[in-house]
Amino acid sequence: MMAAVSADNRGLRLATRYAVLLLVAIIFVFPLLFMAMSSLKPDQQLLSDTDSLRAFLPVGDISFNNYFAAFERAPIGVFVFNSVLVTGITVVLTILVCSLAGFAFVFLDWTGRGVVFSILLATLIIPYETIFIPLLLMASQLPWIGTEGIEIGWLNTYRVQIIPFIADGLSIFLFVQFFKDLPRELIEASRVEGASWWFIYRRVVMPLSGPVIATAAILKFLFMYNQYLWPLMVVQAEEIRPVMVGLGYFTDQLNVPWGEVMAYLTIITIPVLAFYLSLQRVFIASVASTGVKG
Amino acid sequence: MADVLLKAIKKSYGPVEVIKGVDIDINDGEFVVFVGPSGCGKSTLLRMIAGLEDISGGTLEIAGRVVNDIEASERGIAMVFQSYAIFPHMTVRENVAFGLTIAGASKAEKEAKVAEAARILQMEHLLDRRPSQLSGGQRQRVAIGRAIVRKPEVFLFDEPLSNLDAALRLDMRIEIGKLHKSLGATMVYVTHDQVEAMTLADKIVVLKDGYVQQIGAPMDLYHNPANRFVAGFIGAPSMNFLDVEIVSREGDSARIHSDLVSEITVPAWREGVPFSGRATLGIRPQDLRTVDTGGILQGNVAIAERLGIETVVDITLKDGSRLLVSLPEDRVFEPGQPVELGFDPARAHLFALDAEATRNAA
Repeated sequence: MMAAVSADNRGLRLATRYAVLLLVAIIFVFPLLFMAMSSLKPDQQLLSDTDSLRAFLPVGDISFNNYFAAFERAPIGVFVFNSVLVTGITVVLTILVCSLAGFAFVFLDWTGRGVVFSILLATLIIPYETIFIPLLLMASQLPWIGTEGIEIGWLNTYRVQIIPFIADGLSIFLFVQFFKDLPRELIEASRVEGASWWFIYRRVVMPLSGPVIATAAILKFLFMYNQYLWPLMVVQAEEIRPVMVGLGYFTDQLNVPWGEVMAYLTIITIPVLAFYLSLQRVFIASVASTGVKG
Repeated sequence: MADVLLKAIKKSYGPVEVIKGVDIDINDGEFVVFVGPSGCGKSTLLRMIAGLEDISGGTLEIAGRVVNDIEASERGIAMVFQSYAIFPHMTVRENVAFGLTIAGASKAEKEAKVAEAARILQMEHLLDRRPSQLSGGQRQRVAIGRAIVRKPEVFLFDEPLSNLDAALRLDMRIEIGKLHKSLGATMVYVTHDQVEAMTLADKIVVLKDGYVQQIGAPMDLYHNPANRFVAGFIGAPSMNFLDVEIVSREGDSARIHSDLVSEITVPAWREGVPFSGRATLGIRPQDLRTVDTGGILQGNVAIAERLGIETVVDITLKDGSRLLVSLPEDRVFEPGQPVELGFDPARAHLFALDAEATRNAA
């Protein structure tokens, strides 16, 4: 009798849990489904379907025409390439620079460490939008050693989209918090064995930092991939524009071609999903391997 | 020659002084154990020898070289940590070879040295595993393996067996003892477990509140503790202490008595023991015996623990104070049962009342 009751309870609990998870999954998946399905429909059907569940189903006049039209309207390949390039380089450099900064804050003993870290934390409350104008003026005056010697001004380049976003307080803070929780004995054992700080960083600390690398990378990827205002201000040349600015090719008119917009959004969402899903696996593997005491 | 000499070593954290001028001579090949209660400074002292803590005052010499300002890696030491400190992302082989990798050893050299260490520690079959696939004892073996491949002059152990269960601790203790004999290296070992200290050490350093209380061979500390603290710390169960009055004193012996103790003559060679007035009498539980009549002490049994090979009896004296008696036999006692206790006065210890504050008593 008792066993039957507890089995029923367990069944009920499981059913409730799955129901909640399903609901959450639906909330998250439906916008993506709506976008993908709409990208296959002509505008008129797309709009008329929005009052029913048909909006989420591949029914009616289904074709890839919106995709062909979108590719004709905008150089999508160039935009996606630019965004992936800028985002990819920024993410890699962020991981490198911010983890090194975090390492210095946690493991190296230097005067003024506390003060510098406090200033760094204070920068977290400043929104990027408030510094974009001074940053723009600064970027327009900055020198750079190019193929033809020293050039002045960073506007209309990849570097102006990358360099200002490499070091940021949030990423450094994430690394600092994670490094603080690493077993101190691992670092001390490395020092006793004769490891240099660079060796400790490269061979001990970073291989154990999978979770924070994944977290920092995902956050930076999303931030960079979604950049709109900054590239709109600093980039005029079409060949180095990122995807979000490219969206303007579809909306700068009276009649918005919703099917093409949806096709464009579907295409530019693919790199984000691919990146997120690939890092999610790394994230889980890292948690599994570092969850070991000693 | 890997002697380790600590001369007037001090350590302060801001205004707080935790090591208050320590002098210790550790000879080449000696197994020295630092022992003491939590917070006595034993681990700090070891970490100062390792180079993981700065030295605030005094001189530290290893193998005839002052190493106060020399990096940990340059001191010719290897350290085994309480938490093992083995790298979870590396295999056992990579962990053991870690120091060799840093030193730029060739693959063949690494293979040979790792194989040698694995043979000594009987872990050849574990080399390709990850730490997560090892038991606590196996992980500690890996940590020791990493220490021995570099052939350091001095091994430092920071409570290496504290995370292991009792049975494993005994096994590893024996293995560390064997390792010391086979390598012949200088070893400095920190523990709060006096059994580990007694069984492993050539020389024990007893520390309390940043001071050395006594340095000596285990049996020397057991039979001739310099002060009440050492007497209470070394030996299990702990020594019993009773307040007594010195009636008279002549040379190295004193006549004492109290309300609880009939008048007897006990050795009184310790520094600071007064010629008259109050003092502390120490008697080891193993030195007490039950007698039928004419005992030196009288009391009632509170509780008796029968351990088979011995019986530990907790006795309440008439003033309410407690006394432990360890009898080398299996005996039955009833709670409340009156007992008379006798002991050989020559085996008793007399301490000055405030003898714990002795500095560098060695």
